[in-house]
Amino acid sequence: MLVHTAFGRAEQIARHWAASGCPIVIHADKSVPRKSYSAFKAALSDLPDVRFAKRHRCEWGTWGLVAATQEASQIMLDTFPDVRHVYLSSGSCLPLRPVQELIDYLEERPHTDFIESATTADVPWTMGGLDQERFTLRFPFSWRKHRYLFDRYVALQRMVRFKRKIPNGIVPHMGSQWWCLTRQTLSAILEDAERVNYDRYFKKVWIPDESYFQTLARLYSRQIESRSLTLSKFDYQGKPHIFYDDHLQLLRRSDCFVARKIWPFANKLYDAFLTDMSGAMKRTEPNPGKIDRIFAKAVDRRTRGRPGLIMQSRFPVEGRENGLTCAQYSVFEGFSDLFENFESWLSKATSARVHGHLFAPERAEFSEGQVVMNGALSDSAELRDYNPQAFLASLIWNTRGERQCFQFGPRDVQDIEWEIAKDHNAQISVITGAWAVPLFKSNRNFSDIRQEAAQLQQIESEHLKTLRSTWTKARVRIWSMAEFIEAPMEPLQAIIDEIGQQNLRGLAEVPRMSDLTGFGQFLQNLKNQGMHPYLMGDFPVSHGPGDTGHTQPKPYLVR
Amino acid sequence: MSVWQSYRMRLRRKRAKIRAWRKHFSLRCIANRTDQIQPGDILLFSTLRDEHVRLPYFLKYYRDLGVSHFVIVDNGSTDGGAEYLADQPDVSLWSTTGSYKRSRFGVDWLNWLQQKYAHGHWTLVVDPDELFVYPFCDTRPIRALTDWLDVSQVKSFGAMLLDMYPKGRIDAVPYRPGQNPLEIASWFDPGNYQIEKNKGYGNLWIQGGARARVFFANQPQQSPALNKIPLVKWDKHYTYVSSTHMLLPRGLNLTYDEWGGEKASGVLLHAKFLDTFTIKAAEELTRRQHYSASVEYKAYAEKFDDTPDLWCKWSEKYINWRQLEILGLMSKGNWA
Repeated sequence: MLVHTAFGRAEQIARHWAASGCPIVIHADKSVPRKSYSAFKAALSDLPDVRFAKRHRCEWGTWGLVAATQEASQIMLDTFPDVRHVYLSSGSCLPLRPVQELIDYLEERPHTDFIESATTADVPWTMGGLDQERFTLRFPFSWRKHRYLFDRYVALQRMVRFKRKIPNGIVPHMGSQWWCLTRQTLSAILEDAERVNYDRYFKKVWIPDESYFQTLARLYSRQIESRSLTLSKFDYQGKPHIFYDDHLQLLRRSDCFVARKIWPFANKLYDAFLTDMSGAMKRTEPNPGKIDRIFAKAVDRRTRGRPGLIMQSRFPVEGRENGLTCAQYSVFEGFSDLFENFESWLSKATSARVHGHLFAPERAEFSEGQVVMNGALSDSAELRDYNPQAFLASLIWNTRGERQCFQFGPRDVQDIEWEIAKDHNAQISVITGAWAVPLFKSNRNFSDIRQEAAQLQQIESEHLKTLRSTWTKARVRIWSMAEFIEAPMEPLQAIIDEIGQQNLRGLAEVPRMSDLTGFGQFLQNLKNQGMHPYLMGDFPVSHGPGDTGHTQPKPYLVR
Repeated sequence: MSVWQSYRMRLRRKRAKIRAWRKHFSLRCIANRTDQIQPGDILLFSTLRDEHVRLPYFLKYYRDLGVSHFVIVDNGSTDGGAEYLADQPDVSLWSTTGSYKRSRFGVDWLNWLQQKYAHGHWTLVVDPDELFVYPFCDTRPIRALTDWLDVSQVKSFGAMLLDMYPKGRIDAVPYRPGQNPLEIASWFDPGNYQIEKNKGYGNLWIQGGARARVFFANQPQQSPALNKIPLVKWDKHYTYVSSTHMLLPRGLNLTYDEWGGEKASGVLLHAKFLDTFTIKAAEELTRRQHYSASVEYKAYAEKFDDTPDLWCKWSEKYINWRQLEILGLMSKGNWA
């Protein structure tokens, strides 16, 4: 048993093992003050089968841990000749099942060594990008205390292509530090004639406690079960996950023999597991699946986070967002200008939530005229424009599970355009030049109209450049207005399909297109005034009478 | 960050230290029980004024979380709060009549006391109307969190301020001493926050929430900052710069992840909007001791005259920390 802190708990655990007749050899870290060490020793003096090993300094990832283990193992094998299996545990390990069950379990498997042991090529848990190099470079500097020297020295060795020779062609294996070996295997490792060589080699290997016994056991073991009997989970930095009171049910259901690492103040856990349950539990194989999932999820949350969430402890730099927003959404440009009832039609045709111009200069036009939306998002234009990116990300985040659609156009505040264009969740459909329709219908002086048309056209053409840039990740579709009204059904159907509407029979109803009689003439007038409207495509000056689209329910009749 | 900038930050930190030293002369010790502080204790520091009604619950809440000692600066209370605090066995009390504003809203006083008593301790710096919520706070004491932070070699823990408010007029239900303020102010805005990075100090600047929505919809840049770093493994060289929004050295401000992951974070439930608020706001208007000539309180006074209700249809009712986690207001990070 390796101990370095929380001696009260370590004593408790030692007594628990001893109560079931297990002899114990304890190693305490050399950095523990002499006073608390002797107090600990004295506290356990009433137990007959407890020995203490010579103290080594055990810093993480260094040889000390292996030296301590060797020393303690030797004492164990020498002093207690009846011992068949030796279980390496620590002061913060907690036996979850009655010790007798573990004894029985090992009794049934008298020649099996339980030690997680895999070749470096096959394990994903390498830290700091060092896997095979753990065994071929030298590591004289501490990773914790002298990270700079550690890194520089590794870089230097890589540069000069330094490679250590692995003695006797042993194949390095790695695995959990916590093993359970048979007397035969353990003594073979300790009494090996080549041990001096191996020790000298492993002293300079990085994190030898995860590879020394794991490698050498492969030489002598008759039967290796490559798994640890100790439930021990590591996070992405290689430090063990800690168990607390609220893990009680999880640990109960895991059916593991021993768990590591337990928070010393988790009173409920210690109380629950150290009062012997007299074999009431079913004799099953350990099954830590649920715990694995919880900890894997925690690591994933820490390293990748929830996509599309911007919050106080997740604020990714550009390019690392893993999605600027959390769900797909659709942006429509020009549709509500061309069709009179586009928004109500769209919300009927799909189950999506359809907003008006969210980035309108006056206010955010939320669906159904709401002034506050999900998440208490305000429609105030000032608040929105203060941080438009946060506004959009919040809206999409707040409405998770419901697809959002909104209108956009050259009359809106344009600050957001790049954010949308770069967002792979955006589906942008543009009818270029449709902004001219409201102008065409308006009752204003022509010189004003001309001026505004020129301005809007300029804004839209800039916007189109953005959408066509190489940085754009959104799904973009662009039609000129002339092109679109030629055959509107096909693109509309495609857009609806992409939003994912359940109705497979096709569109039952089509949106009502504005009456465009005289639109060609209107454009011609703009041209005559010296403004050149080109974004809407080619419109003939005069339309044929009667096919205005306004009275026609089927827009494909529009020519 | 250039050497020059680093040097300037160092000077700023030194200057803050000097300020703290200068301002400590106005502190008068009422009850000093700091000799009770044991190594490893978790300490709480706070400045307050006329908060007697909140104190019983405040102390109980943090005692239950596992705070061992309270170090409090009383800024001229007249409601008997100081006497109440002086009688508590785990409170050390200092009193001052100095200007709150000119001690940079209490930061200087607390910086001094922290330098003196908090070295090597995990310290929580909160106001009496702030309740600290962290992942698993319903099943794990604060010591579990700080132990985990120690193991993870993390020295500071961020907790955003979340404004809590009642449904209906804020003065409709009177708050009784000892009552959980969240019974009255149980609503909050779940998803309307804006975040920017402060390039100089490296901290995030968070705005938004109910106050921005109701009081500052037309002048969002004026809305109060909500980012806070209340829990720090204190070292005598550290210093808070502006309230508990940011610290020096700057490394302590990096309580967020920039590579797409989530660090663990908590929330400070800000139960400011109780019936006591209207009186306080009126008083603060004349005292003008708050940030930027009490611009906040001016906005409140204007708005509350006609509609003293912060609640809206999309307000969320507080349940527990897991709810805040799911809403994305805080995160468990890799603590499981």
